[in-house]
Amino acid sequence: MRIVEKAQLMSASEIDRTLQRLAHEIVEKSGGTKHLAMIGIRRRGVPLAQRIAQAMRGIDGVDVPVGTLDITLYRDDLSKVASHAVLQSSDISFGVDNMNLVLVDDVLYTGRTIRAAMNGLFDLGRPKRVSLCVLIDRGHREMPIEAQFTGRVVQTSPTEIIEVRLREIDNEERVVLVDRVE
Amino acid sequence: MTHRFRDLLALEPLNADELTFLLDQSKSFQEIQRHPLKKLAVLRGKTVALAFFETSTRTRISFGTAASRLGADTMNLQAEASSLKKGESLLDTVHTLDAMKPDCLVMRHAASGAPEFVARHLEIPVINAGDGTHEHPSQGLLDALTIRDRKGTIENLNVTILGDIKHSRVARSNIHLLGKFGCRFTLCGPAMWVPKELEEIGASGTQVRRVFRIEEALEDADVVLALRVQNERLHEPALSLNDYILLYQLSAERMRHAKADAIVLHPGPLNRGIEITPEVADSPQSCVLEQVTNGIAVRMALLFLLAAGGSEDDGQQATGASPPRNRRSTDQKDATDRKDVKDSSHASH
Repeated sequence: MRIVEKAQLMSASEIDRTLQRLAHEIVEKSGGTKHLAMIGIRRRGVPLAQRIAQAMRGIDGVDVPVGTLDITLYRDDLSKVASHAVLQSSDISFGVDNMNLVLVDDVLYTGRTIRAAMNGLFDLGRPKRVSLCVLIDRGHREMPIEAQFTGRVVQTSPTEIIEVRLREIDNEERVVLVDRVE
Repeated sequence: MTHRFRDLLALEPLNADELTFLLDQSKSFQEIQRHPLKKLAVLRGKTVALAFFETSTRTRISFGTAASRLGADTMNLQAEASSLKKGESLLDTVHTLDAMKPDCLVMRHAASGAPEFVARHLEIPVINAGDGTHEHPSQGLLDALTIRDRKGTIENLNVTILGDIKHSRVARSNIHLLGKFGCRFTLCGPAMWVPKELEEIGASGTQVRRVFRIEEALEDADVVLALRVQNERLHEPALSLNDYILLYQLSAERMRHAKADAIVLHPGPLNRGIEITPEVADSPQSCVLEQVTNGIAVRMALLFLLAAGGSEDDGQQATGASPPRNRRSTDQKDATDRKDVKDSSHASH
């Protein structure tokens, strides 16, 4: 089986513009940045959440707190992966009670990651509202979960993979659609 | 990099890389102790058998709490109430427990090597919760985690161990673990408790020296581990309790010989006024309560790693097949038997 790159979905500047737009949308829908906090889901949700928070500083001049969440312990397939799961730490230094939290991830697919993230968040307290922001929504949901803030919707087949490559992690900056070919 | 562990029977056979992995995994569970809601579901539906053939309060409660915070159920066997009193053999007892289908056995026993013996006869993972004078691996790990949190590292530290080292499995697990990170050990106590052969117990290259004057033993120490004095092991008139206090008690005045930022560990339960003064036990240098909290995190990490199971049928992430568990019979005991990590493999990403 080979992995072939089929198409580039977003360039670096398109990613940047999309994050700017998402930052505006979140501030608009939330009526400002009061009680607002971003929670990046490890790994690629983390730099995305930080960049959106940075864009918000440009809009409102306010530092929106950013936390990171490792969902490994909340995965529903953990019994299959436990023996080689490498646990990362979560880092949410603010109280989540009564906060307006925006979960941030790179790709929304089955919805299981978001289900796990919500379980993790509710172990920390009782947020007032939790919404979801993703760079790419690729469909094929297995849970009743939708994103309130979406960068781009992409139609995909189940064998295809969306790879979000970010400079903080991958040393390049673009979104590509790849496929597994026998 | 990840590692596969079958059992955790001792720290001696583990290398620095494997030990670091265990400490890193524990870190995530330290966070959970700070959550308002401390319960996870990762071991939901699993059962952890706690078999304490030697009485224990804190280790048993710590493992039990760790299991319950992971969502597991526990079955408890305690020495006083067990059928051992009725003459059942160890092997019959653990086979009976095993027939109740637990997913993991946590075991303490007064005989060194008992958990290893049991592990050879059971399919399920066995965690040694202290065996005789051999090892207490989870205590060694929680001590190292506590030291790493306070000092930022467990490398190249001067570690002074005080008290009855000869009979201490805690001291042995600490030396086996910290010795692999270049720590140097000074053992101090009455000569009958610090025999010469202890100088050889670490891995080759581990510096272990014996010193019989406590002020000298504390000189330049980064970490001081005070062990519990067990009254029944004091042999009057060779050594009375008063003599021990006079010669070896860890007092604030004696602590001044250690480095200014030295920390004090004690596995508990504390004998205030005997091996340690209340002043030292309650000082900011003392890590006694952090050790207790970290104990739950370490034990959660161990249970998660060993009892969560899985991966055998999951070829997608693990490279290198995991061989089926093959228990050797007792008569085939050989040197590799002590190797607790039966297989370690790397995840593909």
